[in-house]
Amino acid sequence: MRRLLMVCLIATWLFPVLSAEADVHTTIGYLEKVVPPPPVLSNLDPIPGDLGLAGAQVGLSDNETTGRFLNQTYLLESRIEETEEGFLTAARELLKLSPYLVLKAPAEDLLKVADLPEAQGAILLNAGAPDNELRNKSCRSNLLHTLPSRSMLTDALAQFSLKKKWIVWVLLSGVHPGDVAYANALETSARKFGIRILAKKIWEFDADMRRNAAQEVPLFTQNFGDHHLVVIADEPGDFGRYVAYNTWLARPVAGTEGLVPSAWDRTVEQWGAAQLQSRFEKAAGRSMQPIDFAAWAAVRTIGEAVTRTGSSNKGVVRDYIFSEKFELAGFKGRPLTYRRWNGQLRQPIPITHPRALVAMAPMEGFLHQRNDLDTLGIDQAESGCTAFEG
Amino acid sequence: MRAFPIMAGLVLLAFQVPALADEIWVSNEKDDTISVIDIETMEVVRTLEVGERPRGITFSKDYSLLYLCASDSDTVQVIDPDTGRVLHDLPSGEDPEQFVLHPDNRYLYIANEDDAITTVVDTETRRVIAQIDVGIEPEGMAVSPDGKIAITTSETTNMAHWIDTESQQLFANTLVDQRPRHAEFTQDGAELWVSAEIGGTITVFDVASQSEKAKITFKIQGVHQDQIQPVGFEMTRNGKYVFVALGPSNHVAVVDQKTYEVLDYILVGRRVWHLAFNGDESLLFTTNGVSGDVTVVDVAERVALKSIKVGRFPWGAAYRPTN
Repeated sequence: MRRLLMVCLIATWLFPVLSAEADVHTTIGYLEKVVPPPPVLSNLDPIPGDLGLAGAQVGLSDNETTGRFLNQTYLLESRIEETEEGFLTAARELLKLSPYLVLKAPAEDLLKVADLPEAQGAILLNAGAPDNELRNKSCRSNLLHTLPSRSMLTDALAQFSLKKKWIVWVLLSGVHPGDVAYANALETSARKFGIRILAKKIWEFDADMRRNAAQEVPLFTQNFGDHHLVVIADEPGDFGRYVAYNTWLARPVAGTEGLVPSAWDRTVEQWGAAQLQSRFEKAAGRSMQPIDFAAWAAVRTIGEAVTRTGSSNKGVVRDYIFSEKFELAGFKGRPLTYRRWNGQLRQPIPITHPRALVAMAPMEGFLHQRNDLDTLGIDQAESGCTAFEG
Repeated sequence: MRAFPIMAGLVLLAFQVPALADEIWVSNEKDDTISVIDIETMEVVRTLEVGERPRGITFSKDYSLLYLCASDSDTVQVIDPDTGRVLHDLPSGEDPEQFVLHPDNRYLYIANEDDAITTVVDTETRRVIAQIDVGIEPEGMAVSPDGKIAITTSETTNMAHWIDTESQQLFANTLVDQRPRHAEFTQDGAELWVSAEIGGTITVFDVASQSEKAKITFKIQGVHQDQIQPVGFEMTRNGKYVFVALGPSNHVAVVDQKTYEVLDYILVGRRVWHLAFNGDESLLFTTNGVSGDVTVVDVAERVALKSIKVGRFPWGAAYRPTN
């Protein structure tokens, strides 16, 4: 089955505007491969069907508002596919329409698109896959990333943890591939910032925790030695929610649950974020999530480059995105820019609990010779990405 | 009958404050209050309860009325500064954030942050005269000294929108750096200055041609460049200086109005937002959102004299002479 969604939001405003700019039209593609979520114990937080797309749409309308004062128009053409074949066909079709394509798909599917002959010279923006490998050895010069990598998230948490002097962790991980990757990222971050992981335990229970978390979790966490923080790697949100307040020792919980580092959260309201949140809520009827933010930032990246250069030419746009001049106001308190060596969008990482923002990483005091945002995630020196060289 | 409570109020006030000194009025965004600072004693002498999320604050030209953007109440409140009573509300459009009073003392130009609109309100008939579509998150507002041009800056669209006050229509849109926050014309009306919070710059425009004339950047030793975020600024009447609030860098910059050179940086409270001079411009009052206080700066010496605790998240400040 294949669904075709056409989102035509060309502004048809008539404006008494004097402008020297020539008319510029930009089409941006949005392509998603549907991945059925793994079963989880609780269905309290269903994944919105328009996760990502809703962010791209708000980004488009932001682009259009600026565009209408400059005779610039934008169109978002979106496709959501369920099979690999349909996904690749849609990618080819969208790339015929535009060199700009926002993607929400697993890593292996992203790479298949990036390696299509039609995609050479295009600007693909990954808004859905946090895999470190995509920013490392598997990087592609035509693939940028607006979603933070797992390492950026876990580095943010490690910096915060160190700042709090919570320097001994215990790690609980699920068995989902995302859990394993997140747990690996946590271990790497712990090494990087000098945090000790006292013990690691894999969550393999198949009992229904809604009934007996109170009995199971204390026992499961009983034989850990003393530690400061329980870190959880549970990306689908399966068991993690039952850990807090049920641990043997009274310890805070962080990672994918409890205190969570992410690209975006509804509790971010400083730095003008409240306005983006309310624009999004008005448009989508729900709060903005990390993948929505990444898709928004992807569409805004193209819009920002087109606005500033007055051109929708892919070469001009790419050069501008990687130039010193490019800055994206991403409502996180400072300008967002792209790492030239792997195409990752540099960004502060909010660390939040369900009711409030706790901290914004990078934490004060974590310095970097280039930009302290580069203390988060794989840095140039350790990067195995060579596609951007030359 | 009516005069009695006012008299009593004045007597009470006179009892607390020996001499009626000039005042600085501060809107506290997260307290729904205004703090009134006595300039002589440098203390808060009155706290007024106002509408929700008060931000933009300005007096009528004769200081007989106070206009206040009560953003979350979706209204502009008109307040009697003597009694502190809300006289009436003005229709303002949704989420009014900041505004500017036209030199005719009659029309208010209001930025509706959530609606991408600038609303023009007649303060006499209390009617909306015009609504002008502008960019996303309009905030900075200015009117030229001759009253012919009004400016709205839009935070997400990153533009200054030029409004012809005769026709109430846009006649130019000029790009500035990321997140423009505040706009001011020079005294002679020849230049328009616009601050960009995330861009970290002030752009100076030639008003006649609406073209960029200069760009001012800031650098403070020991403060990361990203933290230097110009927001509110005020120009001295003598045409010499501009004092620029630099947000989370906790500094105010002193800029030469003619050469655009940054002369000095003054350390103030945390996340400095807007500023107001006293009558003779010897003192400058800065609102510091995060530290919840107002810093008093000696303008000649360029040093902070004192911090005055006000409400939560002080946003705007306005001077009121009382003599």
